[in-house]
Amino acid sequence: MEMIWQGILAAIHLLLTGDPEVIDITLLTLKISGTGTLISLFIGIPFGTILALKPFPGRRLVLSVVNTGMGLPPVVVGLWVSIFLWRSGPFGFLNIMYTPTAIIIAQAIIASPIVAALTCAALQQTNPKLRLQIRALGATRLQYIWLLLKEVRYSLLAAIIAGFGAVVSEIGASMAVGGNIEGQTRVLTTATVLEVSKGNFDIAIALSIILCLLAYGATLGLTLLQQKQQGGP
Amino acid sequence: MLEAHKISWKQDHKFILRNIHFHLSPGECVGLIGPNGSGKSSLLKILAFLETPTSGQLYFQGQSIPKSVPLSIRRKIAIVFQESLLLNTCVFDNVAMGLKIRGLSKGKIREKVDYWLEQFGVIHLSKQSARSLSGGEAQRVSLARAFAIEPDVLFLDEPFSALDAPTKEGLRVDLSKVFKSTQTTTVLVSHDFKDISHLTNRALILLNGEVVAEGPPTELLRNPQKEEVDRFLAYFST
Repeated sequence: MEMIWQGILAAIHLLLTGDPEVIDITLLTLKISGTGTLISLFIGIPFGTILALKPFPGRRLVLSVVNTGMGLPPVVVGLWVSIFLWRSGPFGFLNIMYTPTAIIIAQAIIASPIVAALTCAALQQTNPKLRLQIRALGATRLQYIWLLLKEVRYSLLAAIIAGFGAVVSEIGASMAVGGNIEGQTRVLTTATVLEVSKGNFDIAIALSIILCLLAYGATLGLTLLQQKQQGGP
Repeated sequence: MLEAHKISWKQDHKFILRNIHFHLSPGECVGLIGPNGSGKSSLLKILAFLETPTSGQLYFQGQSIPKSVPLSIRRKIAIVFQESLLLNTCVFDNVAMGLKIRGLSKGKIREKVDYWLEQFGVIHLSKQSARSLSGGEAQRVSLARAFAIEPDVLFLDEPFSALDAPTKEGLRVDLSKVFKSTQTTTVLVSHDFKDISHLTNRALILLNGEVVAEGPPTELLRNPQKEEVDRFLAYFST
């Protein structure tokens, strides 16, 4: 019990004094997971929109695959991205293995199905008569899609929250393709595991608190925005 | 203005509409009446180019309408459904929607939106969220949105049926005034013979996907001609 207490006190000290290493790891985590989520929006929203609005043969099959992708194990993503980025792999020539770029790619792959599936679900839940009304207003195909996406914007915010939450807390992919290199690819999750393995519980607790605050802060910001726009209290 | 020749429409191998002939002259307001499932809303969707008929031909302003309706023609019509179907934004933006889609300038949009909100007595709700409106207010906004785009033909699909009697009466009076001032060519679908007789010059009665009678509403009541029409009107007009 004393160890836990000591760990928490040390963690608070580290946080309050602004330990440079902890700050660097936090900023890198934000940069990597933020970029990964952003890329996943560019992939997931158009893909989810096509799945929701464009009937094509095998659409249900694709949708079930995308829905399964929501629970894609990060370590599996890490494995496959590693295979592709490995020196002898198909994209080995890019020489980006064990770099933040590799982690961003892996995290974008993890978050994309989440964003796509939630976008698709949100669009499919819109009133079919509302879709008819938008068409009847004389909208072009692009205007129609844009207006529908605007209509489900709160659900899209939820998709962003879910996507970011998934990548900021994953460890398998970051470890596999990033390698947990100090000052280069060490993010909050991999750093926490490392400190636990070294028995440095104070630092591990500090990192875990930051990780939780980061996940909570980001989702709190988006939730407040979502509730404000929805006119909630 | 709008003509339909031998329009039939099948869904799941079942005829919803059969051999419909229809014409609409400029400035005319025509009513479509019939019991549930008679095909009146389906006919309205076909006339409004939202569904493609299985057979038959549509003509708009003398032009034959192809299967893929050009945007320029689609933009000449407006529809108001039974539900107000407003987007989750403020009243002003809802009414402005069709105008923004058509690429009008901000000044022009403000001018038109304010005018039509005023006409339907909801200008004071301009900044309010569409989600917070009552049924009557929402339907007024929906009508303002349709009139704002100054359509060549306006389609109203049971626009009052979700409203209570006093709200309905107020809106009917206001709509009647707007019709008189704008002379908008209109097709009105309604369950209420009062709506049809107050607002339209001519009515078509649909039974089982076929037009069984046509004429001025009061004339149809006085002289139904067919027994099935008489039976329907006896129930419908009470």
